[in-house]
Amino acid sequence: MTTALLKQPTQTPAVRKPNRSFIHGLISNKKALAGMAVMVIFIALALLAPVLFPGDPSRITAMASLEPSAEHWLGTTAKGQDVLALTVHGSRSSLFVGLTVGLASTFIGILVGLASAYFGKFIDEALSLVTNIFLLLPGLPLLVILAAFLPPGLGTVILVLVVTGWAGSARVLRSQALSIRSKDFVAAAVVSGERAGRIMFREILPNMASIVMGTLLACVIYGIGAQAGLEFLGLGDVSTVSWGNNLFWAGNEGALLTGSWWVFVPSGVCIALVAFALALINYAVDEVTNPRLRKIKTPKTTPTNTERSAAK
Amino acid sequence: MRFILRRLGFYLIAFWASITLNFLLPRFMPGDPVSRMFARSQDRMQPEQIQALRKLLGVDDRPIWEQYIDYIHNVFTGQMGVSISRFPTPVTEVISSQIAWTLLLGGTALVIAAVVGNLLGILAAWRRGGAIDSALPPVLVFIGSFPYFWLAMGALYLFGVVLDWFPIRHAFTDGLEPAFTWEFIGDVGAHLVLPALTIVLVSIGGWMLGMRNTMIATNSEDYITMAEAKGLRPGRIMLRYAARNAMLPSVTSFGMGLGFVVGGALLTEVVFAYPGVGYQLLNAVQGLDYPLMQGLFLTITAAVLLANFLVDILYVRLDPRVRSN
Repeated sequence: MTTALLKQPTQTPAVRKPNRSFIHGLISNKKALAGMAVMVIFIALALLAPVLFPGDPSRITAMASLEPSAEHWLGTTAKGQDVLALTVHGSRSSLFVGLTVGLASTFIGILVGLASAYFGKFIDEALSLVTNIFLLLPGLPLLVILAAFLPPGLGTVILVLVVTGWAGSARVLRSQALSIRSKDFVAAAVVSGERAGRIMFREILPNMASIVMGTLLACVIYGIGAQAGLEFLGLGDVSTVSWGNNLFWAGNEGALLTGSWWVFVPSGVCIALVAFALALINYAVDEVTNPRLRKIKTPKTTPTNTERSAAK
Repeated sequence: MRFILRRLGFYLIAFWASITLNFLLPRFMPGDPVSRMFARSQDRMQPEQIQALRKLLGVDDRPIWEQYIDYIHNVFTGQMGVSISRFPTPVTEVISSQIAWTLLLGGTALVIAAVVGNLLGILAAWRRGGAIDSALPPVLVFIGSFPYFWLAMGALYLFGVVLDWFPIRHAFTDGLEPAFTWEFIGDVGAHLVLPALTIVLVSIGGWMLGMRNTMIATNSEDYITMAEAKGLRPGRIMLRYAARNAMLPSVTSFGMGLGFVVGGALLTEVVFAYPGVGYQLLNAVQGLDYPLMQGLFLTITAAVLLANFLVDILYVRLDPRVRSN
């Protein structure tokens, strides 16, 4: 990776700045910092959950449907479980599934995108066809159908989410890989007789690192949201504790109609915070790599003109 | 014309793929869910109905190729079997009674979200760094981060239970006869507000940001400078010159959005017990109603493909570059 980072400025000097400034830009970007801070908190909570709330979080500890109090900060469910413990423990499954789905779909996306761009012709046509079909098939109904036929469990949830989620990343990565494929240094590598795998993973891939990162973030967001949706419908593994299952039980036990807002608010807010934090990081990656979207430093004088010169 | 034919070919292949997926799923899944279904509901059915369903779902000793050809024939002649959970209504009848509600809900939400979102995007890009540009995107992205169904639950709780402004379940009040009277239309409208509102809230951010980003690129084109130099009114430049040329990606998203309409309103429909195809799909899953599940999935897919094809035709009208190649 480091060699790739160092190699980059010499390969495409005019088009991009070196990647060190990308990381620097990311660290000095407020959006990225805020997003990363939130993510660190959630990951820490997920890792510390067994220490903070030892024992089975779904055991019954108190009276049913208690309002938030000093003893139960977020109240209890209609069964008498502590909502805070459920929420903290839920982060483990949700983050794990989100990350796994994100990594797996991005990985498949990279393979398909690179193969499409590098080999071209028939392979590209075939892979693009499959990608486009998966993009077009309605995701949520497909999720539901697959989950209905497969035996329930965490493995099924991950598998189903990857099956429906990889196509989007494949399309984005393919188009980026295509534009890098046409660069001179790739042609040089081909002429010098490097193996296909080496060209794809050592020459092309490092040059699309920022796009890969954006795709990964988007896929993790998708994974977390889609898992929650699937579980909310009761199609996940109902026995595990996760944000989606917390919401499923909240809906099932009529938390809404009895006015127990504290049962369904925390898990939803957690999903939203994580998704928002990831979206912020993603947005920052975009801003750092695409100068057109960056905030203009001196908008006071003639905003439209500076904007145009910045865009060119 | 070649473009259209190519796209048509692609959609046919995609449809064939979804039929095949539908065909393969019940036949190659572990645990034989179909037999479980038959065990549960056998005594209610006529022998010939059981026979037809067995053929449809692959509990059948014929060679797989024969089954496949038979299945495709059945799909294209609309023979999807009878629904188990709403026995003995044929699957096609169940679907056709419900698709209108989904189209109403999803269509309303899509049109509102697309129009308002695009307008906001245009304004944000036109006044970069202005109030709309700096305040709205983070807020909308944050709202968009919430799971659809969770916002729906929140809206249901707040406006339906606590404030009691809007009805919280179904598409119209029980006992009201569907008819073209003001009373009925008003009732349907009142039931539509909450589900449509949540979909609009979640999806509007995507429209706005997409439009804003394309429009920023368009704003730096030479013909905008030219239009400014000619002294045209800013409003005219914004709408006729910049926005008009930045619309194309939004048209594509609209096509994809139409797909979302039929399939994606599923969660919202479930929260509000709105009697659309998505709600029915979940009921079918819970009732192990495999024929209905398959029929619904094919219908949803077909609707999505058709919507995208229509958008492609529109695209040819809008973008002369597609016509010339």
